[in-house]
Amino acid sequence: MGIDLDEREKRQEKPSHKVIYRQSAWTRVTHWIWAVTLFFMVMSGLQIFNAHPILYLGRQSGFGDKQYLGPQAGYGNKQFNNTVLDIHAERQSGTIVGVTRVLGHDFDTTGFLGKSGPKDQPIYQAFPEWATIPSYRDLATGRVIHFFFAWILVATWSVWFFASLINGHFWRDIVPKPRDLRHLLPDVVNHLRLRIPHGRSYNVLQRLSYAAILVIVIPGMILTGLTISPGVDSPWPWLLDLFGGRQTARLLHFCGMLVIVLFFIVHVVMVIAAGPINEMRSMITGWYRSNPETKSKEA
Amino acid sequence: MGKIIFNRRRLLGQIGAGASLLMLGGCDVFDGVLNTDNSVRKFLTKANALTKNVQHALQGPMPMAREYPASAIREGQRPNGSIDPQTEDYLAVKKNNFAGYRLKVRGLVDRPLSLSLDELRAMPSRTQITRHDCVEGWSCISQWTGVQLSRVLDKAGIKPAARYVVFRCYDSMDETPSGPSYYYESVDLVGARHPQTILAYGLNGQTLPIANGAPVRVRIEQQLGYKMAKYIRAVDVVDSFANIADGYGGYWEDRGYDWYAGS
Repeated sequence: MGIDLDEREKRQEKPSHKVIYRQSAWTRVTHWIWAVTLFFMVMSGLQIFNAHPILYLGRQSGFGDKQYLGPQAGYGNKQFNNTVLDIHAERQSGTIVGVTRVLGHDFDTTGFLGKSGPKDQPIYQAFPEWATIPSYRDLATGRVIHFFFAWILVATWSVWFFASLINGHFWRDIVPKPRDLRHLLPDVVNHLRLRIPHGRSYNVLQRLSYAAILVIVIPGMILTGLTISPGVDSPWPWLLDLFGGRQTARLLHFCGMLVIVLFFIVHVVMVIAAGPINEMRSMITGWYRSNPETKSKEA
Repeated sequence: MGKIIFNRRRLLGQIGAGASLLMLGGCDVFDGVLNTDNSVRKFLTKANALTKNVQHALQGPMPMAREYPASAIREGQRPNGSIDPQTEDYLAVKKNNFAGYRLKVRGLVDRPLSLSLDELRAMPSRTQITRHDCVEGWSCISQWTGVQLSRVLDKAGIKPAARYVVFRCYDSMDETPSGPSYYYESVDLVGARHPQTILAYGLNGQTLPIANGAPVRVRIEQQLGYKMAKYIRAVDVVDSFANIADGYGGYWEDRGYDWYAGS
């Protein structure tokens, strides 16, 4: 009886699902280079962040009342404190805790931010060792890795962008159209219920998130990264005006990283929810098993 | 739509498995290839040459770093690195407000110089309000006053073979069995001759404080703070820095930092 049911299901299912060629080689190759590149860039970036785990708004760093008490006058100015985020360890009633201060509000983040590692051998640094490359504190090597992959990122993004313009992927699949936006609400409901449509092209939430990452966040990361470089600021001072100063650029660079990490998590969850084998196959071979109603040339 | 091809429990299990794989991958698996002597790291550092060449191409002959209005000075210049050198030579030279200080200009020059602070101050000066960017990530805007390095180099007359200027410093970052390891830095002639590259003796309208490099430090506004050596005792004009210390052209360069500090 059960076998019969299975047989019937198979017979019904087989002709109704079409396997279509969905991802071009340009998309597939650049996708996997990005996967590797972003992994190294995020973790070496956190290594660099740990060297001064404080973010400011504006063109410079307002150290507030953090007075330097050396052989000459201190440098701090109580009134000048433009700190947005400050991750550190501090002593609170006898024990040292990891503190993340966001716009003046303190959060105890012991175990993850500010203080991490084994209980008997805690490590006092902003991001924990498992989140940085190298795992130990090494700003010099973090920078070497970060800048190496930064060039890979620039090259890969450029190749993807021009290939996608030429082969139509950019307009067909990435740029959200007015008619996509009409599907926004039902699409959100479908995603929340993990009912993922399997079409030739992307659904509206995919378009919005891929467009945001590929057209805004990644170019934004490249430009804010350049703004942090004094050697680029002098030929291109407009970058400083565009982002509102070097420290704001550094803050935006950090926020862009958070967006990329969030995107990565949602992306992986969605791949698993939509059927990881089919999704992985389409991103490796290009071939994708679509919904029955999908036309092979969906506009 | 057909039936949903998915199982919530399986999904959670897969997410958990994926996350734990990530945690494993994220720790120290790459550490082994990242020592300064490892060939993988050496390969990665090749990107630094690309960075330098592209930035130089962008910069053209003489781009000026942005100069800020006086209102942008909001606090003192944050000191870091050495802030109060204790080497014997520094303690000796700082007596009587550096009265015995002489800046030596040596190496591939026609006329080696030995300049007192008064002589440096008597030369035409340049004052600029610029942003100091530390390799750690912070920035601080201050006003710097000093003599353009190009004027000092012209006074000495540099020989055609010259390619770099090396700044020799009084401060020692750590004691080694062979003695103090003095801070030093180097810059190419394009950087050395830049109009904003000054040997600074004044900070925010006052005499340069000890914490910020008294009596003389260099400002190289297109690069990061570690390029801008403090407590300078000599300016050596050279054709190569391969034989100085570990041969990478600076104290931090010898410890893995890029020689070109523009990013």
